[in-house]
Amino acid sequence: MSHFTIPTFKLPEFVAKIGAHLPQWPHALALVSGLNTAAKLKLLPEDSLQSLAGKTFLVAVNDTGGEARFTYANGWFRPVFGAAGEPDLTFRADLSAYLQLVSRQEDPDTLFFNRQLSIEGDTELGLVVKNMLDAIEWPPSVGRIPGLERLSALVATLPGRSHHA
Amino acid sequence: MSNNPLPELVCPAGSLPALKAAVDNGADTVYLGFKNDTNARNFAGLNFDEKTMAEGLHYAQSRGKEVLLALNTYAQPGRVQAWREAVDVAAGLGVDALILADVGLLAYAREKYPDLNLHLSVQGSATNYEAVNFCHKEFGIRRAVLPRVLTLAQVEHVIKNTPVEIEVFGFGSLCVMNEGRCWLSSYACGESPNTVGACSPAKYVRWEKNPGRMDARLNGILIDSYGDQENAGYPTLCKGRFEVQGETYYALEEPTSLNVLSVLPEIVKIGVRAIKVEGRQRSPAYVTQVTRTLRAALDSLKDGNDRYSVKPSWQAELTKVSEGHQATLGAYNRPWR
Ligand code: SF4
Repeated sequence: MSHFTIPTFKLPEFVAKIGAHLPQWPHALALVSGLNTAAKLKLLPEDSLQSLAGKTFLVAVNDTGGEARFTYANGWFRPVFGAAGEPDLTFRADLSAYLQLVSRQEDPDTLFFNRQLSIEGDTELGLVVKNMLDAIEWPPSVGRIPGLERLSALVATLPGRSHHA
Repeated sequence: MSNNPLPELVCPAGSLPALKAAVDNGADTVYLGFKNDTNARNFAGLNFDEKTMAEGLHYAQSRGKEVLLALNTYAQPGRVQAWREAVDVAAGLGVDALILADVGLLAYAREKYPDLNLHLSVQGSATNYEAVNFCHKEFGIRRAVLPRVLTLAQVEHVIKNTPVEIEVFGFGSLCVMNEGRCWLSSYACGESPNTVGACSPAKYVRWEKNPGRMDARLNGILIDSYGDQENAGYPTLCKGRFEVQGETYYALEEPTSLNVLSVLPEIVKIGVRAIKVEGRQRSPAYVTQVTRTLRAALDSLKDGNDRYSVKPSWQAELTKVSEGHQATLGAYNRPWR
């Protein structure tokens, strides 16, 4: 049914080497704005959000060398800058796996069994995050868009979004 | 050639998007549970509250599909009321049937809601027709789900000797579960499917990345150690690798999924009424992939099973989502009894 299939690919190693030297905050900002928008649109269930409070997360993209660290507190997701200790939960995968996840093309357990996705730290927290993302009812305008664009399209659904510093 | 109707395809839903994925991709029936320990997939963030359940019921039933509610854990001492209330809420919402294991709850549901369809859960451990017929006589069950321990010939024997509809597992992570009475998880962490509604709860699980391997620990117990290229499974004791008499191997069960594609015609022929897909803990993507594959396989049997053959694309799709990336026929074709 899906008109666009994201293949499993791996970027060449030099990309990760360059990526690791670039500032990491743009990924973190993009991810965090997406999540905040989802929270604001009430797409994320309240009980799941509560169990994220005060926790830190690290999403690492192996083949781009990109990393996003963020936390959830007082109703907002915020990026965390600077290396701040062990995160409570770490996801590691190649870019293609993340894209397949966000577009609901592949199931995280499948990627995990096949060793394309790794989860370290608080496993229960990982389950909350996974189930929270699974339960999102994407607005129709966003639902059919593949991959990362879905997050940005989601951000775009909030007109005049004000920045809370 | 048999004239049996095609079995109902019963698919899992751990969330509203998963329910919609099942309905949209060809499920005849979906099953789901509340967000608490009244069902055996009580995982953080999974399942339905009353509001999403009402929405899910409407989505499925308005499209001519049935919704079954799993209330398949055992009422715990001192908290029986919580399970009874779940029965009341489900009856009020208008589910098409309840899937129950606890005989006390079966009695309660039958007495209070004489018209409500009751299904005996796999956790109810009925492996022979006497047990199934007992539940029919006492509680008027419409259907029984058989544990994954019987051969096809044994399943057929049950079907021939009961008026109750028989449902069997068709695809999903293999849990032999000692016919619904498995306590391995309690041995490791004090909690089991029948008590808290989850096997090997996530809070006891740790995945440790080490150079060249990933260790899976359940409450500190090393369950398995996967090499970097090795496929992984769920961190349950039954699927761990252990040292037995100097040899380290999967002593109980390999990480694998049950897959009945190759025996589907026989399953239809012996009169199985419904085929169940495991996996309420999985994502909408999994539900989509498995539902549409089994739908295609079942539909290809519509005009008889003479020309049935398993398409490589079906097998590939199901193998991909399988635990440990491999599949088995489980007990269905076991030569020994
Ligand atoms: S330990 Fe294995 S067999 Fe027992 S309930 Fe858990 S998954 Fe099933």
